Amino acid sequence: MRLTCPLCGERDRREFTYYGAAVYADRPHAGAGPDAWDDYLHLRDNPAGETRDLWYHELGCSAWIEVTRNTVTHTITATRLVAERERPAKPKGRGRRA
Amino acid sequence: MPRLIETAACEGLLPVVLPEVRLSELPFAPVTSVAAFAGKDRAVGTALRKLGLGWPEPGRSVRAGEAACLWTGRDQAFLIGAAPEGLAGVAALTDQSDGWARMRLQGPGAEAVLARLVPIDLRVAAFPEGAVARSGLNHMMMVLMREGPQAFQIMVFRSMAGSAVHELAVAMKALAARAALG
Repeated sequence: MRLTCPLCGERDRREFTYYGAAVYADRPHAGAGPDAWDDYLHLRDNPAGETRDLWYHELGCSAWIEVTRNTVTHTITATRLVAERERPAKPKGRGRRA
Repeated sequence: MPRLIETAACEGLLPVVLPEVRLSELPFAPVTSVAAFAGKDRAVGTALRKLGLGWPEPGRSVRAGEAACLWTGRDQAFLIGAAPEGLAGVAALTDQSDGWARMRLQGPGAEAVLARLVPIDLRVAAFPEGAVARSGLNHMMMVLMREGPQAFQIMVFRSMAGSAVHELAVAMKALAARAALG
């Protein structure tokens, strides 16, 4: 398996570390209620179709990358830097990122 | 006054010399991590150009004589072989001179040696002179630069110098042994 780092180009999977669903980057604000933190820490969608994951280019340029893939076809359709991703339109109780 | 002993990162390990390829340690040079402060990209570029260099694109380097500026990550570059004059106040500067072991792998067999250890395409068409990659040297983090048609610069954490030389020497000897079989 190969992933495309937006900075380094296509690289072998062994250079990357998986960090789970991309919502992990949407940390609730410090004063958020227990429900928001419970959601952030424990609740994940399990879609049949498009999903987004966080990967860390650990053995490479140290960039955080959001990978869009399809759980049904296993196709990877997009990668982008986490630093360049937009906030979700509706935060659903999740706080702002610093 | 105590007398401090100065040793190179690969002291006693290098050079390793084989018919087709040679691994040697590079002479000591200052290494400074340069990360531009927010909105100061232009000022950093200007300061680097005054040193005869410039800010490198991802996967590239800018070289001038013994000095070089290597891209090493998002908004980060390593200035090697030159003092970071004019960069204080516009970029976060970290002296990493003692933190890295710097080596040169040179010879007609250099690409074949790295092909055993580095999971990227290093043929000259894909990785031309001046190209830089952050990748793995087997399991070690590495900064790799192509210096010329048959020469690469390899940087690994200084604490990994022994392992890096071992890995490279094993690959060099294995290739030499295979070649000797004819």
